[in-house]
Amino acid sequence: MSEFLYLYRGGQRGGTPEQSQQIMQKWLNWMKDLTTSGNLKDPGQPLEGEGKVVDTKGTVTDGPFAEAKDLVGGFSLVEADSLARAAELARGCPILEVGGFVEVRPIMKMDM
Amino acid sequence: MHRSAVSDHLFRHESGRMVAALTRVFGLHNLALAEDVVQDAFCRALEVWKLRGVPENPSAWLMKTAKNRALDVLRRERTARTFAPDLGRLLQTEWTVANAVEEIFDPIGIPDDQLRLMFSCCHPRLPDTAQVMLVLQLAGGFGVQEIASAFVSSRAAVEKRLTRAKKSLAESGVLFDIADAADFARRLPAVQRALYLIFSEGYHGASPRSVVRGDLCREAIRLTRLLAEHALGDAPSTRALCALMYLDAARLPSRLDASGELNSLFDQDRTRWDRDMIVAGRDWLERSAFGSEISRYHVEAGIAAVHAAASRFEDTDWNAIVALYDTLTSIAPSPVIALNRAIAVAQLRGPQLGLEAIDAIDDRDRLERYPFYHAARGELERRRGRGAVARAHFEAALALARNLSERRFLEKRIAECER
Repeated sequence: MSEFLYLYRGGQRGGTPEQSQQIMQKWLNWMKDLTTSGNLKDPGQPLEGEGKVVDTKGTVTDGPFAEAKDLVGGFSLVEADSLARAAELARGCPILEVGGFVEVRPIMKMDM
Repeated sequence: MHRSAVSDHLFRHESGRMVAALTRVFGLHNLALAEDVVQDAFCRALEVWKLRGVPENPSAWLMKTAKNRALDVLRRERTARTFAPDLGRLLQTEWTVANAVEEIFDPIGIPDDQLRLMFSCCHPRLPDTAQVMLVLQLAGGFGVQEIASAFVSSRAAVEKRLTRAKKSLAESGVLFDIADAADFARRLPAVQRALYLIFSEGYHGASPRSVVRGDLCREAIRLTRLLAEHALGDAPSTRALCALMYLDAARLPSRLDASGELNSLFDQDRTRWDRDMIVAGRDWLERSAFGSEISRYHVEAGIAAVHAAASRFEDTDWNAIVALYDTLTSIAPSPVIALNRAIAVAQLRGPQLGLEAIDAIDDRDRLERYPFYHAARGELERRRGRGAVARAHFEAALALARNLSERRFLEKRIAECER
């Protein structure tokens, strides 16, 4: 088994409380499935849209640079046999239903 | 604030539902935390309702407050504590925590949560009394003082027993899994027994306060119905237990008067029996007659139904009652049942044969500390016209009486021996 990071990018946020409750219900169901199948190593957390960026000169500026459609909205850590399998599992992610996408990245094993 | 709208019963009933949902969220090992959150919600209710009035749906208000408080606790302590093991990490992440908690607090699931908690309380490692007290407090929402008063015990003693029992319960780890049909069937008799004991404590118990006793009976009925509403809990024996409780509770208004005075079946004003409860009891009894199982509850409900059918004491079908006691003796032999059978024999065949039946009870010595054993002997001797012997028996009973109403009842009998 290898570990993979899911970066949830883009996708529409907000909506009415009912809408967001419905969307979050989908997240719950999806993560329940991943828990049952033993693939969810760490559910991670969703992220706020706002933030700060610190550069090499130590300058602090507002907000991530990415455009809204690429903005990282959260992360999870999953376990799967292969990158292909991890990508396959990401197909159930509710972010896909609101115009976002999942970036699947293998965790690098540093050989020292 | 309208006191009527926020009766103790509201808090009592909601407490059971809230503790059940909260232990689902926090896990059984965090039982104390669940109880704290419930107390918190009640305190908030009293504060807020005093200012803004009682909300339209106080029960929903309380549940929502408990739910929000649970979310606060989960967020604040997610790194310091572990919560419900079956929900794993779903309570640790903002992706799912709110909806996971929302799901558990959905009213549709609450009865199952109450059953999980009730079944957990009836863990075989816990003694009977501890099981009963836990069910009363956690599922029934009874306070320590109410339990102490029901069991004629001191507040401190009940507190101590409950603390020990809860510690043991919390250490038992996970909530009982009601989805496992085999485990469910194995634990069911213990749960029925705890409910039966709660009812009996209300019906026959030593508490001199009739209010407390009526509450115990009603709570036992409420929880038994909850059990009967579950697909696996709806066994013939559960229905029979419901029948028994309704049929016996129907006599409660005439068994105990407002001052807690005890009336024997012979003296009761049968017009005060609760007709609706008798109808409900008969209905449950009819619906309990399926499958091959005849439980003690079936037989006891049968006895209660025979009594309910007689509008005068003299009309009682003692033949049927003796036959039912014979069946009961073969299912669940006990000296108290044998004593009741002997009393029925005396009604059917006269005091002489009744006394002989008492003498024939195998482990009669176990009844020596039971006041109604001596009272029964006294009553039969009195009917045989042996007033002096009867009086001695009643006096022995009086020395064992557990409360004022029993004492008054026996003093009345002693006075009758003088005549």
